[in-house]
Amino acid sequence: MDKTINITLKIWRQRGPKEKGAFETYKLDGISVDSSFLEMLDILNEKLINEGKEPVVFDHDCREGICGMCSLYINGHPHGPDEGITTCQLHMRRFKDGETIIVEPWRSAGFPVIRDLMVDRHAFDKIMQAGGYVSINTGGVPDANAIPISKADADEAMDSASCIGCGACVAACKNGSAMLFVSAKVSQLALLPQGKIERARRAKAMVAKMDELGFGNCTNTGACEIECPKNVSISNIARLNREFLKAKLQD
Amino acid sequence: MWLINSSIGRKLIMSLSGLFLILFLTLHMVMNFVAVFSLEGYDAVCEFMGTNILIQIMVPVLAAGFVIHIVYAIILTLRNQKARGNDKYASSSKTNIPWASKNMLVLGIIVLGVLCFHLTDFWAKMQLVEWQGGHSALGSTLITTVFQNPIVVAVYVIWVIALWFHLTHGFWSAFQTIGWDGRTWYPRLKAIGNIYATIIAVGFITVAVYFFFV
Repeated sequence: MDKTINITLKIWRQRGPKEKGAFETYKLDGISVDSSFLEMLDILNEKLINEGKEPVVFDHDCREGICGMCSLYINGHPHGPDEGITTCQLHMRRFKDGETIIVEPWRSAGFPVIRDLMVDRHAFDKIMQAGGYVSINTGGVPDANAIPISKADADEAMDSASCIGCGACVAACKNGSAMLFVSAKVSQLALLPQGKIERARRAKAMVAKMDELGFGNCTNTGACEIECPKNVSISNIARLNREFLKAKLQD
Repeated sequence: MWLINSSIGRKLIMSLSGLFLILFLTLHMVMNFVAVFSLEGYDAVCEFMGTNILIQIMVPVLAAGFVIHIVYAIILTLRNQKARGNDKYASSSKTNIPWASKNMLVLGIIVLGVLCFHLTDFWAKMQLVEWQGGHSALGSTLITTVFQNPIVVAVYVIWVIALWFHLTHGFWSAFQTIGWDGRTWYPRLKAIGNIYATIIAVGFITVAVYFFFV
């Protein structure tokens, strides 16, 4: 038989964007330590449904850490206490028997709560639409090594591209800044020949959209980098600053 | 104007004004340190600072640097609080970030507060008097008498420690904002920043403590 734990959950419940939310306390007994955090929430929801109550609303999709849908601010950390993983990859073995777990939505002016633990992250899509793309037709997949790209640049671009756009950086930031996200998206294209052509326009447009949507000003505390489930580095932020300042000075 | 209308522009203002103040601090610390070796030399430095025309031009520029740095600190803090939203995390933030980096405003207020007191103690009796056409108190007399008071020395030491914390974050942060290359230089700039902050702090404290005991 698996090892099981009994836990107390304090979960943020809020019926709608305009309504006042509050914490609700739930007790769950006999949770297998091998179950994932989201499976534990599934068990809770099943229990709530059987009792005729409203289930807790939360975002999730692939449940393997690549889609960027899951969120949740768990015991003071976006994506929970483990490093370098998303909430769906978090397991109950990380918690002690009898522990109280506080589960909150991302909190930032840029991410309003839709319901319970689900927040509106459309702002990230709007930033992407402002310039996070290559606007020429690049054709089919090119032959390997047909375009010379240094190993260092390829690795760096790949690291930046690992951003899944979950918003943990904004949730962790004391300034509600989206700089880590924007810088990763600007970097992955600025480092490669296909994206280099539009780098100046892209940096200006994406930063302008980020500011317009009310995200904060980065003060280099580095909380984003620590909480990022994909370990995206704040060296991307230095690159974004450089790209943006260069673009503005060229004007 | 992108410099004041964009987030990165506003941060650049913070960064450049901060670096300018760092230059001033370095100069100030070196001049103080002269007093430890030779009080006559220190008097000569004071004389130069009180009368040299270039220095007199730089004083308002320096004051402007302070004002810009402080005004932008307030603007950025208010904007960031708004961006953060009104809803606070019940479980607070457990992210392990350097203490100084989240308390820059408070540290800055401590630095500014004691600075006012420091200006009345030294600057008002030296450079200001020269401007009013008088002849300033001798730097060596001031430095030896003011630091006789243990309370002044204690406040001074606390002040410099706050400054040390402020600089450990501010130094590398200024370069990060300018966009100095990431991965390789990030740990280097952090190390240089810590060494620099320590040199500055030790320099200022040594002078104060030295004249307390002498």
